[in-house]
Amino acid sequence: MSNGQQTRTFIRGAVTIAAAAAVYEVLARSGIFAAALLPTIPTILRALYASLANGTMIQHAIFTLYRVMLGFGLAVAVGIPLGILMARFRRVENFFLPLVSAMMPIPSFALVPLFMLWFGIGNLTTILIVFYAATFPMLFNTWSGVRSVNPLWLRAAGAMGADENSLFWKVIIPGASPFIITGMRQAFLRAWIAVVGAEMIAASDWGLGWVIFDAKEFLNTDLMLAALIVIGGIGFAFERLVFGSLERNTIQRWGMSRVAKG
Amino acid sequence: MVPIEIRDVTLVYDTPGGKVPGVKNVNFNIGASEFVCIVGPSGCGKSTLLNIIAGFLTPAAGEIRIGGKKVDGHGMDRGVVFQDFAQLFPWRTALGNVSFGLEMKGVAKEERDKIAREQLRLVKLEKFVNSYPHHLSGGMQQRVAIARALAYNPAVLLMDEPFAALDAMTRDDMQRLLADVWKATRKTVIYVTHNVAEAVYLADRVIVMSPHPGTVKAEIKIDLPRPRDPLSVEFLDCQKELLRHLGHDVKVEEAAN
Repeated sequence: MSNGQQTRTFIRGAVTIAAAAAVYEVLARSGIFAAALLPTIPTILRALYASLANGTMIQHAIFTLYRVMLGFGLAVAVGIPLGILMARFRRVENFFLPLVSAMMPIPSFALVPLFMLWFGIGNLTTILIVFYAATFPMLFNTWSGVRSVNPLWLRAAGAMGADENSLFWKVIIPGASPFIITGMRQAFLRAWIAVVGAEMIAASDWGLGWVIFDAKEFLNTDLMLAALIVIGGIGFAFERLVFGSLERNTIQRWGMSRVAKG
Repeated sequence: MVPIEIRDVTLVYDTPGGKVPGVKNVNFNIGASEFVCIVGPSGCGKSTLLNIIAGFLTPAAGEIRIGGKKVDGHGMDRGVVFQDFAQLFPWRTALGNVSFGLEMKGVAKEERDKIAREQLRLVKLEKFVNSYPHHLSGGMQQRVAIARALAYNPAVLLMDEPFAALDAMTRDDMQRLLADVWKATRKTVIYVTHNVAEAVYLADRVIVMSPHPGTVKAEIKIDLPRPRDPLSVEFLDCQKELLRHLGHDVKVEEAAN
């Protein structure tokens, strides 16, 4: 993407957000709803600033990120190898596919109460919920990615004397990378959604999800909305900066993806 | 480089619709450093035969010997170039693609970069060593594929219609380039094509195959001096002779239909 295009995309995004904010502000000031339920944007920003300035919001975000990173990391560590094994070995596929198909449609949020009974309130439960939510997109994308590796690459590599080990690391992994990266993107998104839900009921004292749930008790809608802004902001930053640059430096550079979505 | 013997090679495809003969009792020899083209209509088993020689397919009967050694699976004594541009690894630069075979051989990085650069110079791509395949044209990608197949110095080069997907003008350039590369490297080449002019331009000898099942129908020696002039009377005579061998089959097929 050229610089000019990037600027235009940015301006378009900013216009959309500004318009939505304006509509919200008009609604908040209209007096239709109680000010305590629908705080104005300056009130929300003040709450956001205060919570950032005294460090609590940052600490909540760090707790949430810690849980996401651990759960997401576990999902990647399990999803990629298992996806590859399923794609490469029929027996592994036959064994795991029914299990995966049965478990995948269960929303991770539905498991939170059960996990709370098993693992208690706190990090373990939230991390496991994140892990559960993120594993399936990782697994499924890796599985389809490996199956869609161009057989011609395997043939060419075989003709050039590649052994199983080289085939795996130097052909199958890079060949499946468009799917693996998409899998990571989706897994992170699911993880990010799951962590907030899990924290609402299964976390105590820390975490962005917990902030929202706790603020409800005190009718702190400004803080709730401030936490939502932080949640959205961090999710957006990861999506664009981390996965965006990963994509630009790999599959886009190699011409293995069409122009990125969004 | 080394001679190739093809002895009574037969292969049958198992399809859902039953057994389909691929090639049947194919016999011929290829001399060291000889350039042989295999020509025939689609379905004549020419690509099947090439895949057997490459070791991607195992014949039901018969055997292939390269330099006296029986073929068993693929090996580094053969380099393969396919028709599809997508054969290159998109995640590797031209240099990375060409050095892949050397990497598998365990050649040190500095040495393999040097060899890969030489190979890319041979196919006139020295300016594109660091380009990724998707930035190269179809003809350039096929040249990288040729350099890649030559880089680890196999005795035999197997080519499956490598220029069939290129436009006519690029194809002419590529044929000239391949003739030069062959002259410089003296590999034993087996080249599958359905393009008669291409076969006459490149080959020392043309093997004509006919379909259902794939068998060798004729062998024609092309004795024209090189470089060959595609507009000369002798060249056109060779083409006519080749077409006559091929055209006969077409008539039989039409009559059968």
